[in-house]
Formats: sequence, structure tokens, C-alpha cells
Amino acid sequence: MSAATDAPAGEIAISATGERKAVTASAGTSPSSEWIIVTRGIARNYDMGGEIVRALRGVDIAVMRNEYVAIMGPSGSGKSTLMNMIGCLDTPNEGEYWLNGQLVSTMTDDELARVRNKEIGFVFQTFNLLPRATALANVELPLVYAGVPAAERRERAMEALTRVQLGERVHHKPNELSGGQRQRVAIARALVNRPSILLADEPTGNLDSTTSEEIMRVFEELAQRGQTVIMVTHEPDIASHARRVVVLRDGVVSSDERKEQFVARIAQGGKTH
Amino acid sequence: MPFLDAIRLALSTIQAQKLKSFFTLLGVTIGVMFLIAVVSIVEGMGRFMEQDLVGKIIGVNTFEVRMRPNINIGDVDESVWLAYRRRPHILESDVQPIVDALPVGTRWAMYSEDNLKVESRYSRARSARVIAVDGDWFALKKLGVARGRQFSAQESSYGENVIVIGPELERRLFPGVDPIGRELKMGGLPYTVIGVTETQGSAFGLSFDNLAIAPFKAPVHRLLNRRPHVIDAVAVQAADRSVLNDAMERERALMRARHRLHPGQDDDFTLETPESALEFWNKIKRYLVIAGVALPALGLVVGAIVIMNIMLVAVAERTREIGVRKALGARARDILAQFLVESATLSTIGALLGIALGFGLAGLITAVTPMPASVAPWSIVVGVLVGAGTGIISGVYPASRAARLDPIAALRQE
Repeated sequence: MSAATDAPAGEIAISATGERKAVTASAGTSPSSEWIIVTRGIARNYDMGGEIVRALRGVDIAVMRNEYVAIMGPSGSGKSTLMNMIGCLDTPNEGEYWLNGQLVSTMTDDELARVRNKEIGFVFQTFNLLPRATALANVELPLVYAGVPAAERRERAMEALTRVQLGERVHHKPNELSGGQRQRVAIARALVNRPSILLADEPTGNLDSTTSEEIMRVFEELAQRGQTVIMVTHEPDIASHARRVVVLRDGVVSSDERKEQFVARIAQGGKTH
Repeated sequence: MPFLDAIRLALSTIQAQKLKSFFTLLGVTIGVMFLIAVVSIVEGMGRFMEQDLVGKIIGVNTFEVRMRPNINIGDVDESVWLAYRRRPHILESDVQPIVDALPVGTRWAMYSEDNLKVESRYSRARSARVIAVDGDWFALKKLGVARGRQFSAQESSYGENVIVIGPELERRLFPGVDPIGRELKMGGLPYTVIGVTETQGSAFGLSFDNLAIAPFKAPVHRLLNRRPHVIDAVAVQAADRSVLNDAMERERALMRARHRLHPGQDDDFTLETPESALEFWNKIKRYLVIAGVALPALGLVVGAIVIMNIMLVAVAERTREIGVRKALGARARDILAQFLVESATLSTIGALLGIALGFGLAGLITAVTPMPASVAPWSIVVGVLVGAGTGIISGVYPASRAARLDPIAALRQE
């Protein structure tokens, strides 16, 4: 973690707002290294039986290293599609996506798989742990595909599980763990390969409110330690944990503001959806 | 993903669903089991044919001058039989010229044989293979005398009533008595037992040890050939193959001359070698091998289809797992390898079970039937390869479907 991370990430993001446009505008050039995510006019169309659905219609987003960003939007706003793009599970029809200095939008499937493995840590709403594998084996999985030798895999997985306070339950299977514990295993799995971004899709969607708060505290802590976090959610409460909130509507960015601005707007009855 | 990790993963997946896995690999198990069993029987019969039956009856580097082939495995049609029957017999008077024509480095024996009733004071009459011999019969048949002695030259040339018996006949005619020096009767005439041969064993429930050997000139030879002065065969054994070929050419020329055959006429006698006797066996063996491979192959095809179906079900059931793995960085080829290794591991386990059961079946066949079965080491290798191959072939389609899954769609699946 560099010295830049000592300043609150939200401040950096806001101070850089002027720069954002420039970063997103100059097509074809690699953004400077403090920008972890830069999208330039990315669009994604789906052919639904002859009818073209335009899920994203030109999204410009720039995220600096160490930011904690929530992406919001009603269903059909394109937030899932955007998450798939950012997570390198899909590539845009138009526009550019730069992740950690690499142009992802033109990559082959195998290159995307490698980027997902090295750069992205996924946390899903439904945890998506392999049911027959122990917590330890689940956390080891990204390292298996990274080609890490077994002994080192085990050591790093143990370390990641200890970081989420699950060092005692490494040999439990998912069905022997509570919802909150499962999600913490998933977070350990997401972090084990030291990814550039932690990408969470409705991470509290299947959890009760107490457990949700517990998980959000884990994210908060990670963000404070300098982990870049992107969280997709439709709940303003959850979104307000982030330091920056991007709202999508009809496939474009409708607002991109500091958490304080967002919270103030919500308090005045402003629409998030 | 490293290969060992893939196998470990496959084994844990298989272990998690033991019953389903068992039914999945049943087809391959049965296929490989019958493959091993059938190959074992064919091998066992082949070894018996080549080493025991033909080898013992005729011998190595040996041929026999005969009226017609002695060993007729399989069908010989009517016209051939009629032609055989019209042939002149081999006569006692042929023996000396045959012996005179032999090259250096050969030994010979003449003999006639038949099944006869043999009696003794200690048992009821028994049927035995009785052979009247002259020349180096014992040496040529590689048959030693375990107790007592062979005939002396004098006993041979005078045709004395002495006899060497096999251990099986000894057991039956002289239960609990030492037969040496005792009498047995053939055709009403007494013979003195002077020796007991070594044990030769049995095959197809047929003992090689139920025999009695007398000097050719002893009276018993008249019971073995109804026509006077007729003998069954002159056997010739050569030191090596080239001497054997030389001897065969000489004897062929001699016999053709003695039978006054014109150059265009076919031989009216047989020079029988183990190879000529084995020719028909080899023909049968080919059909047996084809049948023995075709039937298990059907089982394997069924097994392969079952595995393919189960793997397709597994891919459908584990779509979400595939999505998760892809999200975590698995490439298409990692997923392909995972499912291929799983189906190959599954069917290799099936093949190993099949090999074990095939061994058991072969053992059972040897134990309860007179058919000799021997497990060929190559058939184990083939069994394993066939098993793994079946798994890989039947896994290709399901695995490639899994590998091609879109991670987003796969993750969305419930």
C-alpha cells in the first residue's frame, strides 16, 4: 500500500473529478497508473430473438486505486451488465475498458480468464461456494487456476481465512457455516490472489440486517486498508457505506457523486432508481 | 490445473456419489471383465494347443510320417475323408527305408496306439491308451521313467511282454500297491510292469498319464492295428529346424518313390508337424478372438453411452460450479480437462474392477471346467487403456459443452 492511500480515498476521488473526463475522453491511450478502471463509451447490445436490447449505451467511468465505489440502479438500468464488463466476464460491443493498465475490451476468452484470476475478486449475492469443498479448498481455488504450488496455496488460503476471522473453521463445508461465515469465506476467496479490485454483487442480498452490517464492516475495513472495492447494489443503505455512488439509468450514468452528496440527496427525497 | 489435482478432484467427485458412479461404470466393468475372461480362455486354450496337446503328442522339431493327419481340429469335409481313406497304409516294411534315409542329427521312433482294456488283479478292467513303440520313443516324446526302467534293447528286439505304465493308470490298476514287477493283462496275455513314467498332467479333463507303453514287437501290437504289418506312424525328431526341413524333404521323396507317385500327383501320405496341426487351431483362434473382442466391445459401447449421459447430467447439475470456476479464472481448457479427467478416471476405475472380476472369472473357469484359462499380461494393459479410452471418448462431448458454457449464464443458473 502506497503513501497515497493514507488520505481518505473519497477525497482523492473528488479531487480527481476534473481529471475524470480527460481520462475517459482520450480513446486508445493507456490511462496513467493511478486509474485502476477506465471505461470509455462502453456499450453492450444483446440480440434477444431478433430484437436488439441496448443494455449499456456508452458508459464513462474512471475509478482510482483505493476507491470504494457503489454502483446503483433499478433493474434494467444495466448495472448487472456493467458489473459483468468490469468483472471481465463479458466484453463490450463498443468502447474501451482499461483495467489496471490493460485493455480488456479486446481480449480473448483465455486472456479474460487470466485477468479474472489475477485482477478481480468476486463476491456474489449467493456466495457461490462449491458445496462439496471445505472452506479452505474453496479459498484455494483461484490459486489452483493461478498455478500456485499446493503448499503455498494452503498457506495463503489459511492466511486469507484468518484475515476474515475464520481461521478456526477452515475444514468446515459451506453447509456447516452460517450465512455471514459463508460470505466471509467468499471474501477470503476473492482476496486470496491479491486482486486489483474486489467486485461485490449484492453482497448482503441473502443476509439478515445484523449479518449485513457485519459484512459491510469487513468491506469498510478492506477499503480503509487500501483495497479498491466496487459494489453493485440496489439498496441505498448499503450503497451509502461506499465513499462514492454511481447511479445508472437506462444504460447510462445518471449521477456520479460523493457519498455525502448522495446521502443528502436521498434525505431530500431524491430518486435513486 | 495440474493433472494430479484434476485426478484428486475427480476422485473426490466420484467418491461423493458412490452409487451413481458404480452404476455408471458397470457397463465398462462388464465389458472389460468379459474381455479379460475371453482373452484368458483363448490364451489358455492356445497355450494348451501349442504346448501340451500338439507339443506333447507330436513334439518340438518333430514330424510324423502318417497315412493321414492324426490331429484334426475342426471339420474335415466328406471328400477329404474319402481321399484319406483311399490312401495306402504306412507299413512295417516302410520303417527301415525311412530310417536309412534320415540325415545325421535325427532320432526316430515308430509306434501304433489305441485304447484298450487293461486288467490287473487289484482292480476291475480299465481303459487306457496303449502304445507299442520302437526306436527312441521315450527320448523323442521327452517322457522319462520316474520309477523302474525302460525296455532294454533286448526286450525291444525280442518283443518281450514287458510294459511301462503312466501314473494315472498305476493309480487305477494298482491302488495302494507297488506295480513294479507285477502283472497286468491285455488281450488275455500277461505283461510285467517294469516302470512308471513321469507325470505329464492333463488338459480339457483328458489325462496324459493314463497310458501303457510296450515294445513294438510284443504281441499287443496286433490289437492296435487290425491289418497285419500296418503301423500308425514313424516319428522323426531333428536337432534343429534346418535338419528337420532336410529330413522332411528326404522322407517326402522316399515315400513318393515307394508309393510310385508321378510328379503331378499329390502326396498320398502326411508329414505331420506341430505347425500343420496348429494351422486349424489358428484359424479357430482368429474367430474366437474376433468374437471375444466384439462381444465385450458391445458392453463397452453401452458403457460409453452411459458415461456420456451421466457426464451430460453432471455438467447440467454443476453448471453453476462451472460458472464459479470460470469467474475465478478457469480457462475453457481447464474445465475441459476437469470433465475429461473425471470421466476417464471413472471408467478407468470401472476397467480396473473389470480386470479384477475378469481374473476371477478366468480362475473360476479353470477351477470348474476342464478349459484351461491363463490371464495374458497384455490383456491387463489393453483393459486399462480401453477403460481410459472409453472414458475420454465418452467425455469429450460433455466436457466440451462444459468448457463452452458462458460464465454469466452459468452463474445465473439456479
